[in-house]
Amino acid sequence: MTLKIAFRNIFRNTRRSLTTLSTIAIGAMAVLVFGAYITYIQFGVQTAAVQRTGHLQVFRKGYFTYGTAAPADWGIDDYQDVLRLIRDDPELKQLTAVVTPIQSLAGIAGNFENDTSKPFFGTGFVPSDRDRMEQWNEYGTGSQGLKHSGLKDNDLTQGITGSGVVRILGLCNQLHLDDCPPIPKLAARQPDPSTNALATPAPDLTDLAGRDKPADDTHSQEPVIDLLAATAGGAPNVVTLRVSRVEVQTLKELDDNYVGMNIGLAQNLIYGRGEHKVSGIVVQLNRTEDLEKARTRLLALFKQHGLDLEVRDFTQLDPQYNQIIGMFRSIFAFISAIIAIVVLFTVTNAMGMSVVERTGEIGTSRAMGVRRQGIRKQFLTEGSLLGIMGATVGVALAYFVAYAINHSNLTWSPPGQVARVPLRLYLVGAEWLIVTTWIGLLVVSAWAALVPANRAARMVVVDALRHV
Amino acid sequence: MKTQALAQIPETKGADGSVVRFSDVVKVYKSGDVEVWAIRGITFDIPRQRFSMIVGPSGSGKTTLLNLIGCIDKPTQGTIFVGGQDVGTLNDNAISDFRAQRVGFIFQNFSLIPVLSAWENIEYPLMLLGVPAAERRERSNRMLEAVGLSNQRNRRPNELSGGQKQRVAIARALVKGPDFVLADEPTANLDSQTGASIVDLMRRMQEEYSTTFVFSTHDPHLMSHADETFTIRDGQLVDHISGGSQW
Repeated sequence: MTLKIAFRNIFRNTRRSLTTLSTIAIGAMAVLVFGAYITYIQFGVQTAAVQRTGHLQVFRKGYFTYGTAAPADWGIDDYQDVLRLIRDDPELKQLTAVVTPIQSLAGIAGNFENDTSKPFFGTGFVPSDRDRMEQWNEYGTGSQGLKHSGLKDNDLTQGITGSGVVRILGLCNQLHLDDCPPIPKLAARQPDPSTNALATPAPDLTDLAGRDKPADDTHSQEPVIDLLAATAGGAPNVVTLRVSRVEVQTLKELDDNYVGMNIGLAQNLIYGRGEHKVSGIVVQLNRTEDLEKARTRLLALFKQHGLDLEVRDFTQLDPQYNQIIGMFRSIFAFISAIIAIVVLFTVTNAMGMSVVERTGEIGTSRAMGVRRQGIRKQFLTEGSLLGIMGATVGVALAYFVAYAINHSNLTWSPPGQVARVPLRLYLVGAEWLIVTTWIGLLVVSAWAALVPANRAARMVVVDALRHV
Repeated sequence: MKTQALAQIPETKGADGSVVRFSDVVKVYKSGDVEVWAIRGITFDIPRQRFSMIVGPSGSGKTTLLNLIGCIDKPTQGTIFVGGQDVGTLNDNAISDFRAQRVGFIFQNFSLIPVLSAWENIEYPLMLLGVPAAERRERSNRMLEAVGLSNQRNRRPNELSGGQKQRVAIARALVKGPDFVLADEPTANLDSQTGASIVDLMRRMQEEYSTTFVFSTHDPHLMSHADETFTIRDGQLVDHISGGSQW
């Protein structure tokens, strides 16, 4: 009977109830649509990160904290054995999509024919593995992140660079790069041997680079850069890289410094004729939810075999990931809080007016023997019903809006991405969001009805009966 | 309304045949520093199964007296026994349960629940008492028939005339079989013809259900039906006429 009376009372003052329901419904829709958008962003950013760095990376213990300054000193010994260990483990085999080595490196990239050089940092990778990693798309957020590298596993001469590297080294014309203005003439300066060493390579380095050039040049049309780095033993070493593709990076600093190459070339540069190692092993999983399971298994394996290795996940490898997700979650929490407050006051106002209008009815019910808590329950039920109906309509509206947007062919560039991708709202698959929003609005509505309900319950019976 | 777990009210009856006993009851209302003495030390008994009237001029304290009898107000001083129970000793929940079980109300302005149909309004007090659904249905139907509104069972109060509303209110008050029914000027908002028919109905129901009726009224037609007439003036009982046969 409480429910029946509550339901009928809601539609007693249709206009007021519709206003209240609309507020709750629009609030629910706004929360859900924005939540679906954030879910999409989270999946998109995660997809980009996992495509680039994998879910987990294995390093020699201490490398992540100290090793990037001297990657050659922190290489994983006998990395082929470690790779085999991971790839052959029955449990990990079920979980992993790609297990591949990488070599981080840093040095100086030069176009000595143009008398220009600059510091670079880069990665050596197995091209086919990298291309497979690009296919990871657990959430269907589309082809984001890096494109097909165009490199071949058995070709150690080719590589890719950020557009800034090409621009600074004066290779724009050869690579037909747009948005690449000519280098302005700088005022003549007195040469300073201490600072000008990198800008104008020493003759012995130019000679070194010249000796490294392959004799049978089958890629003569591709621009060439020379990469100089210190080997693990401390000796300078130079390799030549043919720039087969330019990949625009999302950050200018990265774009101005990034060089990607076949892992064999990176190893030649870093380790020379010494033992080839790798700075890390990338593990890309089939599903992100298996991350902790895979990490635990990897650590157990390493412990079992006495390997001094550590495991980092993509959120640790890419600090931007947590920053982006954190920022959007903060905005979502802020918007949700505002909507909750609006709903709170709207329902409180509606229920407050209802209590005033029904004072005589409250007196009658109390005279007939309804207890105070019975009156309180009556109004709490009405507030809750408003929340339930409004939130349910809001969910339906959100599905409608999501459907409309998902079929409108809108595109945008997500954070950390270069290419434009379709704009999507991920409501399907975000059941937690729908349930949380629905329950949240129900709780807020019930809570909003609490003050008027208590006021109704505390009424003096004879005063309520006298009320006109 | 979902059934509330009712407090057990003892089924005591007034040993001397009275349903209500007032003993030196005083009711004082305070409005700021001003004290209004609505009831000034009334002692009286209302006999069981009688058609009792409380009469007096406006402001004499009739409604206050009725509120005290109906346990919806508390005396400032004195004791009130209803059905042998000292109602002053009951807490709010117990007094609510007491009303639910023992007291029927008929209001001047009908006070039906506007969102419930005529039949549902009659069923409502039985739900409060936790009467099983089948019995509720049977008793509500019987009562609706007794007040002659079987063909109006699904109408809401705003679809009923004043007389019909008061008939529903009478049925609602009687359906639970209360110790007594309180009616505060039940014919005041009705035309004389409808009022007379309502009085006749109440008289018939009182006879049929052997219930005690207590009225406050100005209506001479209603007064003419009284078995007991208590006259109050300025909050004091000034006259008690006991007449007519016991029903």
